[in-house]
Amino acid sequence: MNAILVHRESFWTDVGTVTDIPRRGARRLPSPQGPVAVFRTGDGAIYALMDKCPHKQGPLSEGIVHGASVSCPLHGFVIDLATGEPTGADKGKGCTPTVPVRVVDGRILLALPCPPPADRLA
Amino acid sequence: MPKQRLVVIGNGMAGCRAIEEVLKRDPDRYAITVFGAEPRVNYNRIMLSPVLAGEKVFEDIVLNDAEWYRANGITLHCGRAVTALDPQSRTVIAEGGLAVGYDKLLLATGSDPIRLPLPGADAKGVVTFRDLHDVEAMVAASAEPGAGAVVIGGGLLGLEAAYGLSRRGMPATVVHLLDVLMERQLDPAASYLLQEALLQRGVKTEMGAQSDCVVTRDGHVSGLKLSDGRVLPCSLLVMAVGIRPNAALARAGGLTVNRGVVVDDAMVTSDPAILAVGECLEHRGQCYGLVAPIWDMCRAAADTLTDGAGSYQGSLLSTRLKVSGVDVFSAGRFAGGEDCQDIVYRDAGRGVYKRVVLQDGKLVGGVLFGDAADGGWYFDLMRSGVDVSDIRDTLIFGQSVTESLAGRDPNSAVAAMPDTQEICGCNGVSKGAIVTAIAEGGLTTLESVRAVTKASASCGSCTPLVEQTLKLCLGEGFQAQTGPKPVCACTHHGHAETRRRIVEEELKSILAVMQALEWTTPDGCPSCRPALNYYLLCAWPGEYSDDKQSRFTNERVHANIQKDGTYSVVPRMWGGLTTPNELRAIADVADKFAIPTVKVTGGQRIDLLGVKKDDLPAVWADLNAAGMVSGHAYGKALRTVKTCVGTDWCRFGTQDSTGLGVRLEKFMWGSWTPAKVKLGVSGCPRNCAEATCKDVGVICVDSGYEVHVGGAAGLHIQGTEVLGKVATETEALWTVVAVIQLYREEGWYLERIYKWMARVGLDSLKARVIDDLEGRRALYDRFAYSQRFSRIDPWAERVAGRASDEFHPLSRRLEFAPA
Repeated sequence: MNAILVHRESFWTDVGTVTDIPRRGARRLPSPQGPVAVFRTGDGAIYALMDKCPHKQGPLSEGIVHGASVSCPLHGFVIDLATGEPTGADKGKGCTPTVPVRVVDGRILLALPCPPPADRLA
Repeated sequence: MPKQRLVVIGNGMAGCRAIEEVLKRDPDRYAITVFGAEPRVNYNRIMLSPVLAGEKVFEDIVLNDAEWYRANGITLHCGRAVTALDPQSRTVIAEGGLAVGYDKLLLATGSDPIRLPLPGADAKGVVTFRDLHDVEAMVAASAEPGAGAVVIGGGLLGLEAAYGLSRRGMPATVVHLLDVLMERQLDPAASYLLQEALLQRGVKTEMGAQSDCVVTRDGHVSGLKLSDGRVLPCSLLVMAVGIRPNAALARAGGLTVNRGVVVDDAMVTSDPAILAVGECLEHRGQCYGLVAPIWDMCRAAADTLTDGAGSYQGSLLSTRLKVSGVDVFSAGRFAGGEDCQDIVYRDAGRGVYKRVVLQDGKLVGGVLFGDAADGGWYFDLMRSGVDVSDIRDTLIFGQSVTESLAGRDPNSAVAAMPDTQEICGCNGVSKGAIVTAIAEGGLTTLESVRAVTKASASCGSCTPLVEQTLKLCLGEGFQAQTGPKPVCACTHHGHAETRRRIVEEELKSILAVMQALEWTTPDGCPSCRPALNYYLLCAWPGEYSDDKQSRFTNERVHANIQKDGTYSVVPRMWGGLTTPNELRAIADVADKFAIPTVKVTGGQRIDLLGVKKDDLPAVWADLNAAGMVSGHAYGKALRTVKTCVGTDWCRFGTQDSTGLGVRLEKFMWGSWTPAKVKLGVSGCPRNCAEATCKDVGVICVDSGYEVHVGGAAGLHIQGTEVLGKVATETEALWTVVAVIQLYREEGWYLERIYKWMARVGLDSLKARVIDDLEGRRALYDRFAYSQRFSRIDPWAERVAGRASDEFHPLSRRLEFAPA
């Protein structure tokens, strides 16, 4: 269910600081697989999901963040930020891939959803 | 057998507690020598705050007096810092050249307060808050006439310092870098309450404030300059921004040191003869600054020192703030997270906020504010890791409620309750009082019990118990009732009640409303947050600052989100009028940004569809340059004012309907409303502007203006009703504005005007807007006041850079990685 795309130590990429994202808000960033949404909850926790609702591909980064969930701006699916799964009445209707996140000294590291550049393999 | 030599470096809480633990296990094993850098016996450092506050004196906080050292045969070198450590020869060297050999060495060197390297930080009057010396300096400073303090750091220590100074009559301001006080212990809801409580105790807080430099006069601090340019004047500046393990001696002695002296589970450092306890060490990558873990470490170290198997597994942390009358407890993963569930309880009357966090049926964290009596109980449940699923329903009410109801079904629990047991904690109503009220008053409904006894009238959490008491008394005669529909699942209060209390209790932030009305979630949901944001904006124009994160994306980015995640942009065309220049600018924008669709809307405007979010500011800038502003086609706000050409051109026109439409729109644009508001002005009863299906419409006639209200042509189709007829254009404007202001003040969020009218009745509107001229004037004035803060083009603000992060990606680093 919980599709984690890549999870390897060497892929962690620094994408900014925790305070770059407003509390109860999100920011989005481009990636080869499509936009990634990075969320900061009211409690300060950071999550990342592919920026597509499993319902009609709405941009989750535009949703209202509440607790550890986000409501899709298009049709109000409530997505669990930790699992990418819809909750409540829409439970079981698909799943948004999560992107592994780490916070180190206030900086946000994402595990890239792509293989490493060739020069790093050499 | 001769005694082994144990040398302890550090005469603080950790060092002495470790010695006590060793003596408890084997009193005769060691000849003990203690070095302390402070010229004092061991005292309870965590009680320095009460000493600062004048609630205790030094003698009260002494832990081990001189007699204790003597009785246990301990040699104490007080006020003598150890300057070198030689693990090879197992010798330590102290100030004055005193060399002492050891068989076992225990490092308990504690930590140093961090001093921010701000320009001017070496001025007199800049202190840290760490030892008795600091406290003495702070007490002396507080006695100066005209003294004032600034404390940098809104953590536990900083707040206690500020509170202590304020108790001594010194006004204190806490400057905190983040937007949540004690962010490692509190969530935003508890932090809000703490800010309020501190303010009542004379401590102001500056949140999100970055220190820039220390302002000095004649070598003495005179203020703190913030990065936003403000200067907070002060005669004492306290830095309480954290601690750093004091590991210099260990590092110089060649021991392994990361942030602190690295120890294993037996508390042994990289040298097998040397152990460490307390704040100087690092265990499994973790440094500790609280006292409870230190006690655990001392037990483990003593086990190791007496041939036992010391085993320290790290500590779960809990915190209490020592500010008199402010009860704060925090432990574990108080902020929840992955797969966690929150249970939230608020009691506005007592200023209580409680949040416990469950994961897999177990308690993993909690924050308590205002009533922390059950902190210890929760902490025990967390540490023991027991499954709390079966007490989940009552867990948040604490130990006594949970245990008294344990294992009973709620009905029998009420039956089994003694008459004296309290059912409603908020209002102190016992079961007996409710039973008596039901019998004597012939009460049959929850509402009537509430009215008579106040039981369940505050937070409502005991509503089930009150209902069960009714059922118990009335048997089948009782039917559960439903009150007004709650705003959402986060609360049992309805919209009307919520709006009333925001005004009456002068609640001026979302967190204030959630606390006062006892919201059951930490930060609301997508239904209540936008509603509260609107209610606050409407109640406190110019005072409440809009919470962007509580707005739907359309209102946050001033455009309408489309199915593919792009946006549509609609510039305002006053009364449906436009000019060749505006049309040219729109055409240029459509070309420049490759906007795929340009469409004429039903509201006499032009819609640019398919604009990429990142392009929005540039699109607006170009439209602004041609004199156009946001049309608010995306908002719960005034949208269009549709007009016909009236007397200007039409051979049937009776009045200048276009002119009135433009006048209305220019006066009312930018105002926020419970739901969207569309106006129409028709120049004659032929009604070409379709004013009779608008929220508010005006039909011009020969003798004046008919003001219509309550139309709709969307999901629901409904013609307007006539509110009244007025003679002049200005009166027409006053009337339209007054009825919309009334709606702004009374409507429920997302309730269109026609629904609001159906709820309150057309007669009520007529009485207040048509018949009561003073009332109409007051409504008009309130609207006009609010417009001072609303008639601002959000596009221009964004073009000027407000919250521009919204339109930039967080990072482009992933973009260039090859797929």
